[in-house]
Amino acid sequence: MAAVTASTAPAGRAPRLTARSRRRLSVLAFLAPWLVGFAMFFAYPLVATVYFSFTRYDLFTLEYTGLTNYRFLLGDEDAWRAMGNTLWLVAVMVPLRVLFGLGAAQLLVHVKRGGSLLRSVFYLPYLVPPVAATVAFVFVFNPGTGPLHTLTEAVGLPWPDWFNDPSWSKPGLTLLGLWAVGDVMVILLAALLDVPRPLYEAAEIDGAGPWQRFRHITLPTVAPVLAFAAVTGVIQTLQYFTQAMVAGKVAAGQSDQPGTQTAPGYPDGSTLTFPQWLYDEGFRQFNMGYACVLALVLFAVAMLFTMVLLRQFHAFADGEA
Amino acid sequence: MTSVLTPARAPAAPARRRPPDGARGRRTLLWIATHSIAIALALMFAAPLVFMFLTAVMSDEQTLSGDLWPTDWRWGNFAEVMTGDMARWLGNSLLYAGLGTVFMLVSSVPAAYALARFRFRGRKPAFVLVITMMMLPPQITVVPLYIVWARLELTGTLWPLILPLLFGDAFSIFLLRQFLVTIPKDYADAARVDGCGEFATMVRVVLPMARPAIAAVALFQFFYCWNDYYGPLVYAKPEAWPLAVGIATFRAAHNVEWNLTMAATLLTVLPVIVVFFLAQRVFIQGITLTGVKG
Repeated sequence: MAAVTASTAPAGRAPRLTARSRRRLSVLAFLAPWLVGFAMFFAYPLVATVYFSFTRYDLFTLEYTGLTNYRFLLGDEDAWRAMGNTLWLVAVMVPLRVLFGLGAAQLLVHVKRGGSLLRSVFYLPYLVPPVAATVAFVFVFNPGTGPLHTLTEAVGLPWPDWFNDPSWSKPGLTLLGLWAVGDVMVILLAALLDVPRPLYEAAEIDGAGPWQRFRHITLPTVAPVLAFAAVTGVIQTLQYFTQAMVAGKVAAGQSDQPGTQTAPGYPDGSTLTFPQWLYDEGFRQFNMGYACVLALVLFAVAMLFTMVLLRQFHAFADGEA
Repeated sequence: MTSVLTPARAPAAPARRRPPDGARGRRTLLWIATHSIAIALALMFAAPLVFMFLTAVMSDEQTLSGDLWPTDWRWGNFAEVMTGDMARWLGNSLLYAGLGTVFMLVSSVPAAYALARFRFRGRKPAFVLVITMMMLPPQITVVPLYIVWARLELTGTLWPLILPLLFGDAFSIFLLRQFLVTIPKDYADAARVDGCGEFATMVRVVLPMARPAIAAVALFQFFYCWNDYYGPLVYAKPEAWPLAVGIATFRAAHNVEWNLTMAATLLTVLPVIVVFFLAQRVFIQGITLTGVKG
């Protein structure tokens, strides 16, 4: 904490110090708030999570229970179902988002007139607050009253019960994820615009068609960015909470069965993601110790993918002086 | 890096050599295909927002009919939802997002500056830590933090979400650092030769050049707080709820009045859309900056 006050004093205050130690002090002063934050809001709670995972704690009484929480996890069907739902989203939504983002970006590269307006329209849904977007989707997709059903009925397309049907709720959330593809799209668009033009021109003269040019020039050049988008997508999806929770809540409100709102993951646990189960255990049941076990599972998986990402960053962290 | 900062530019450059006739016909076909797909996609991206708006101005009987177009336009719906609850949620959202953004800037800018400009032992591990903190889900540390805030008797309020921003935000530090390393060192060195201290160099010389990046992290932080649902759900009591949590409960509280629900939801989206169109470049540059570029 003393370092924080040091940051207000100009580094030149202590003339006796050598230039080197003065520089060291100023580095410390600049970094002080973040260092304190790292210790208080990251390092300490991480260690404490491990500690609490061996206890039973409801904010009032703390009891050391050894491995009981871990043993409980093995038999906790809801936790496994939640993990299954989260893995479903990782396996389906992440690849689809990357592919769709690449397709949309590729399209924007080719559209010249009105391109910037189009880019804004493609990007805007990403900025819509997730809660608002989810409420809107549940309404628009609702088979009883939703406007989309009116449209598909006119064409004669079948229309599932989306957010009220356990087998269609996750596909519904996936569509919501594809709608908000803007973040992936913008990164890929920048990568596509960075592909050197002469490569394309040379390939065209050599008689390469659009698909061949895409396959042999575009794809290899943007591959690292695709990998980056995929890995960050996996890590984001591991924490997928808001859309699933809101979709379940809003959809449950409209089905007239009483009592459906109490169990998370409506309909039928199909939208119960792993972070939601952690929230339910920790902050609704106040099984703080067990919630910490769930947090550690999440940590292990997320850390794995973070390490993959760090290896990607390593390349330039080394290269840059 | 320069190309990243000017992403809007179309890579037009007309083909220098005239392609053979067959290729030109194929090219026209391709042009028609890409443009029709682009327009279809644009309609799909816009549709949910359009439906939201059309529903928001319907009467509540009409929202249950599946009609697409409102028969009588009830603009009063927007006024009707701006009741006590909405006003309080709006105030809470503004407090969280506004104060949070200011706190984040005060703490994160110096940290990013140090990571980008100073060479010191431990700089690389520190940067790796920033990325790790940025990537790991907040749910991992939430239980012990909740316990701490409960002991401090701050649970029930938004302060457990605002106060930590005084101690640096990993994403903002990362993004700012990515921008600051691209500013040539010569400017800062010149200022130092002229007798500027480190802090003065940062404030007077480097930060003015980093204005686009600072604007980007400020906007991202503001909208992160504005959109945040998980944090307030864990910590805040109903009196402290921001809009994001409030509108999620709106439907249940208003007995299937979809028109009012959509009106309230649209009011939450509106500021984001307005700011986006005012500061579009800032957003897109910022997002691009988070990409893998060094």
